[in-house]
Amino acid sequence: MKIIVTDQDGVVHELEGLDGWRAMEVIRDWGLNIKAECGGACSCATCHVWVDEGWYGKLQPASDDEEDLIYSTLDQKPNSRLSCQILLSEELDGLRLTLTPSASQEPVDA
Amino acid sequence: MSDVIETDVVIIGAGPVGLFAVFELGLLDVKCHLIDILDRAGGQCAELYPEKPIYDIPGFPMVTGQGLVDNLMQQIAPFGPQFHFSRIVNTLEKQADGRFKLTTDVDETFYCKAVVIAAGGGSFQPKRPPVEGIEAYEGKSVFYAVRKMEDFRDQDVVIVGGGDSALDWTLSLEPIARSLTLVHRRPEFKAAPASVNKMQELVAAGRINFLTGQVARLEGEDGQLSVVHLSMASGEATVHATRMLPFFGLTMKLGPVADWGLELNDNLITVDTEKFESSVPGIFAIGDINHYPGKLKLILSGFHEAALMAQAAKAIVSPGERVVFQYTTSSTKLQKKLGVA
Repeated sequence: MKIIVTDQDGVVHELEGLDGWRAMEVIRDWGLNIKAECGGACSCATCHVWVDEGWYGKLQPASDDEEDLIYSTLDQKPNSRLSCQILLSEELDGLRLTLTPSASQEPVDA
Repeated sequence: MSDVIETDVVIIGAGPVGLFAVFELGLLDVKCHLIDILDRAGGQCAELYPEKPIYDIPGFPMVTGQGLVDNLMQQIAPFGPQFHFSRIVNTLEKQADGRFKLTTDVDETFYCKAVVIAAGGGSFQPKRPPVEGIEAYEGKSVFYAVRKMEDFRDQDVVIVGGGDSALDWTLSLEPIARSLTLVHRRPEFKAAPASVNKMQELVAAGRINFLTGQVARLEGEDGQLSVVHLSMASGEATVHATRMLPFFGLTMKLGPVADWGLELNDNLITVDTEKFESSVPGIFAIGDINHYPGKLKLILSGFHEAALMAQAAKAIVSPGERVVFQYTTSSTKLQKKLGVA
């Protein structure tokens, strides 16, 4: 399966994903600009992505904890998710995500 | 007040790896002081995932972040480490006499023979909430921490957030504030149930307000806040406020480490894999903050790095002294140091 990730510079990457991995882990593994400082514990919001229209509704809904963290980011949108909470499966083959400025390894102070 | 502290080794960072370094150095009779920006030990384990299970610590099928920290604190207690919390190391310099001089933001100076940087992802800094123009109020009427409670006496205080910091400060400031409003985006809290109960009692007694909503914008002049505008499910609301305390968690920044003249690789300190020493002899780097070929950012890797670093640091602290390799299972000497023999 593949996920399609647009980075902060607008470059589109087609990444080989694995069933059962988290989107954050795939993005990190391919060396894209993602901080993911808590390592996937749903504790920090530095793996924040925008999910493409059409895909957002196909994801498992966000937990209250995830919603709280998304709210703490400066660049939240209605289609915001934390990529560590997106569990990949064959149904999500072709999932399109955009990395946000707040997920950058050196985040910009907006 | 300017305090001067002299010791063998200063460890920067009191996360799991910094704590275990105390153990490995302690077995070699090396005394340590630890400095951390947080107000308690544990680093990321305590701040980011205290209640989350960790499954890859050797010998522990499962341990929580806080559980690991508590165990490490117990394990290093015999060595009497000295902790200096809620401060950041600003400068680190090698002196003409070969010792190192460190200064902190609370006007302390440390002199030591070796330095261990175990600073993980860098120093924790409060997150700025998503409110436009908030910078203009920071340090004047919007604060991310309470340094002096007196600054909040007879003020109209708005506290934003749903975690322990927000709840703890709501309870602590209620008796001295003129008015206090707690704002959180939903009615459920991620804080100790006892604090939530106490807060709800204060709301029921009419001593504080609780509003479910989000801060939309701030109103004031010259950095002095006067009104907090909230967006709520029922529409807009305004709260008169002269102080605001947003608690949106912490994020990590490398901070002053970048200015200490150490060779860096992508914001990580380059070390060798024999001593885990940086490009400056006598300054070691262990745990998530270092880089070497094959590095894995695992707590267990940091523990290994601490053990090897300790041998090298010992040679600097006690030059010429022969270090005998011993096991804690069999050495009475080591067991005496641990207080078990």
